[in-house]
Amino acid sequence: MAVEETRIIFKHIDRQGYTNGIDCYERHGGYAELKKAVGMEPDAICAEVMESGVRGRGGAGFPAGMKWKFLDRKSGKPIYLVCNADESEPGTFKDRQIIYKDPHQLIEGMMITAFAIRAKLAFIYIRGEFFEGARILERAIEEARAKNYLGDNILGSGYSCDIIVHRGAGAYICGEETGLIESLEGKRPYPRIKPPYFPAALGLYQCPTIVNNVETLCNVKHIVNMSGKVFAEIGTPGNTGTRIWCVSGHVRKPGYYEFPCAALTLGELIYDICGGLLPGRSLKAVIPGGSSSKILRADERFKGKLRDGTEFDWGINDIPMDFDSLSAVGSMSGSGGVIVMDDTTDIVEALANINYFYAHESCGQCTPCREGVQWMKKVTYRMCNGAAREEDVELLRSIAGQIEGRTICAFGEAASWPVQSFLAKFNDEFVAKAKAQAARNASGEAVETTLI
Amino acid sequence: MSETKQLETVTVNVDGVEHAFPKGMNLVDAVASIGSEIPHYCYHPKLSVVGNCRMCLIEMGMPMRDRATGEALLDADGKPKIGWMPKPAIGCATTVAPGMHVKTNSPLVRDCRNGVMEFLLINHPLDCPICDQAGECRLQEFATDYGRGYSRYTEAKNVKPKRTRIGPRVMLDDERCILCSRCIRFSKEIANDDVLGFIDRGSYSTLTCFPGKQLENNYSLNTVDICPVGALTSTDFRFKMRVWFLKQVDSICTESSVGANTEVWSREGKIYRVTPRRNDEVNDTWMTDSGRALYQLAEAENRLLRYAVDGQPSSFEAAIAASLDALKGRRLGIVASAHASLEEQFLLKRIVEVTRARVFMAYHQGEGDGILLSEDRSPNLRGALLTGLIDSLPAVDLSALDQALTAGELDSLLVIHEDLSALGVSADNLAKTKVVFAGTHSNATSEAAQVVLPTLTVFERAGSFVNQNFRAQRFKSAVPGPQGIASDLTLLETLAALVVGETPTHPDVNTVWQSLSVANPVFAGLDYNGLGSMGVALEPGPLAELPFVETRNLKYNPR
Repeated sequence: MAVEETRIIFKHIDRQGYTNGIDCYERHGGYAELKKAVGMEPDAICAEVMESGVRGRGGAGFPAGMKWKFLDRKSGKPIYLVCNADESEPGTFKDRQIIYKDPHQLIEGMMITAFAIRAKLAFIYIRGEFFEGARILERAIEEARAKNYLGDNILGSGYSCDIIVHRGAGAYICGEETGLIESLEGKRPYPRIKPPYFPAALGLYQCPTIVNNVETLCNVKHIVNMSGKVFAEIGTPGNTGTRIWCVSGHVRKPGYYEFPCAALTLGELIYDICGGLLPGRSLKAVIPGGSSSKILRADERFKGKLRDGTEFDWGINDIPMDFDSLSAVGSMSGSGGVIVMDDTTDIVEALANINYFYAHESCGQCTPCREGVQWMKKVTYRMCNGAAREEDVELLRSIAGQIEGRTICAFGEAASWPVQSFLAKFNDEFVAKAKAQAARNASGEAVETTLI
Repeated sequence: MSETKQLETVTVNVDGVEHAFPKGMNLVDAVASIGSEIPHYCYHPKLSVVGNCRMCLIEMGMPMRDRATGEALLDADGKPKIGWMPKPAIGCATTVAPGMHVKTNSPLVRDCRNGVMEFLLINHPLDCPICDQAGECRLQEFATDYGRGYSRYTEAKNVKPKRTRIGPRVMLDDERCILCSRCIRFSKEIANDDVLGFIDRGSYSTLTCFPGKQLENNYSLNTVDICPVGALTSTDFRFKMRVWFLKQVDSICTESSVGANTEVWSREGKIYRVTPRRNDEVNDTWMTDSGRALYQLAEAENRLLRYAVDGQPSSFEAAIAASLDALKGRRLGIVASAHASLEEQFLLKRIVEVTRARVFMAYHQGEGDGILLSEDRSPNLRGALLTGLIDSLPAVDLSALDQALTAGELDSLLVIHEDLSALGVSADNLAKTKVVFAGTHSNATSEAAQVVLPTLTVFERAGSFVNQNFRAQRFKSAVPGPQGIASDLTLLETLAALVVGETPTHPDVNTVWQSLSVANPVFAGLDYNGLGSMGVALEPGPLAELPFVETRNLKYNPR
């Protein structure tokens, strides 16, 4: 029996007749939570968010309430709130839906958050490619300002805060929160070294700053609505609330689907919700949380212990879709971008494609990422262009190992994890490709160039 | 002064050995202070920390504490248990902390360095045979220590601009650049001239000047010094000489009263370049481009190379005899110089005393830049005050001398270095006076002089200067002077002795300092060698209250 979707964030999105204007939003009960929130103590809202256990939806899955708690309030400097709307992880397309189709939900969530952390000013850093999204947000902010949901003395509460929309210029690294802050300050988005530049203490303009994902901020609205305690009952302990899974690849019905954490398994998501694979195909692999998460092979058995001590022995279809289970099987839920690959996929080409992306997006600040990721791209490209060598597998493994954990930001991991996991799980295919190409080259046959 | 102040220290375990370091010290500097090294490229002690080269990755751990009680956890031996960080940390962004443990040479650390070195070299042109940096290149040095010895890289290397002239004195080769951003940070943070930046992304990142801008500030050559590789080279020094053939001698810059500490690089008596030498009390690790160019004066066209009497070449003895004739028994004026060393000024003061000459001096001034070029464009004005050659700040020109000459109060002049006609003395007055000129370069005054006594430049003699902060600093002779020219000290001592009929000795800086330390309590207990390479801060007493012309600069705070 198929699991039913539980839409909280996406409750109205794509419903017939639902528009992104403020009137429609208010008709559907919009801004009620902001009205409720401004009557609450800011600390009480923070406590609700803490109790809700909501984890960041941007990729790292860090508890949002904890993040807010780290804010340096002693410095006396202004506090800033930044919404990270630079959604760029390949395979992820949830924040765009919110921005385009329900911008007021984000604005309401942001204003509640801003009120709770006592932010002086809030920013939405929106991905450069979302031209229309930026326009929609600008218009929505004007609408909200006209109704005093933001601006001076919000709803008579005495609290004032505004939102500034800042468009990026199309760089993945701007999604890294300190890179985003640098970009917002008008500089190259070179991520900062941590320590000492933790945003909660030394963020935007060296002031305490909270950077949250679009979906996370929307969750704040619903936490105020249903209370942290009720929110925490959705999902499982440690994996609360719903998650929006963006399914792409070789399924019949790709798209975004919202479910409580752990409400369904990866198999249910692929076969029941997304209509399964194309006829005659079989599952080869799944990347469960955006392109930087580690790949899962279809015929693997996943054994181990969960954090609470329960032992598990899962096939790929049995993995519950939540933060902890996906991390227990050696990958991560990341940004929720589920990329499904069937047996027609050339795994070397898939990796070459991913490597191309990361080589293109490496900011170039620190040595291992700048040089290593480009090198990995060149090697995998060569492998796809008829000059694969058997030693390339070991070479790639070694390069990835020289990057992981040695860079300024998590981009180093994001770029090396795919390589490491592809090699670990599909070593045979890499070796087979090298052998086939060596034989082909020796026989004088035409060079195989498969990559577009 | 504050050198005796007790600094708070913290104990850090470096590779199993406990060391005490001053609190707040950077780990890279701390490890350097115990004679070891954490390899690094982007870190520079005088610039902000960016941590981009990743060469200084080390393993770091702190004593573990019980979460509930906060008490230190101990292992079986009763020693604190160390919680090692799961990932290597960069040394340059690590500040020493009590109980900290670091491993600077563990297998993981060496593996990190090997990895970073391999990455830095894959797109590097490896053109050491034609690279000016060879011999003083950190990339070469660490490649020897941590390089693989062969390349696993079979792909095409990136192509970037080569031989770009980014300023009048600096040449850029982008393929050699390792993107450490030291030059960018220097231009922004020290030179206050933000003209450099990166364009493009990832491994195509390229250093360049802002559109329409050039790296042309007076500190541009410091970027060449701090460039750890051969990306930035000096257009003046480029392709002139391999650095390993050059001899380095400590010297002091004579451009202004800042007295930047320098190194003079020479081979077989020829100077090839001058670079700054670190002194945190004086110039940190920087100096001006204009100060570096002064070495060219040693081989200038108008250098005085021969003793001359009445325009005819003569011997040293004959020139001395002619000088004595002008000095003795006349109404003598002496034009002293703030470019002369402390020792020379001291000897000149003796001549002043025995000849009862009137002393004149000019205060050479120019515009300061607030960094390392001060308004006082002489290296040793304070020395002239301390030796008693003058007792107040001189005027900017020599109009007082001109008046005295016009009034016929003086018969002859002994001029050290100065060009009188450029300082307000009329040609008529100069023509009617007997002039003995001692200096390094010819000018209108030396042309008019009856006796010309060539002297040595700062690069050819030894001595000391007292800088804007009354810091006595010594300079050494880097190259021999032109053949047959006596040192300034010998010249002055000979004149001073012969004026009173004594037999001249052959003084050197040490013997002069023996007299100097007795003559003025400011110098008591000091000698030339005792100044050391970093100099000694003097206690000038009330002299410090004089209205000196310097305004605030990197190391000078006017009272």
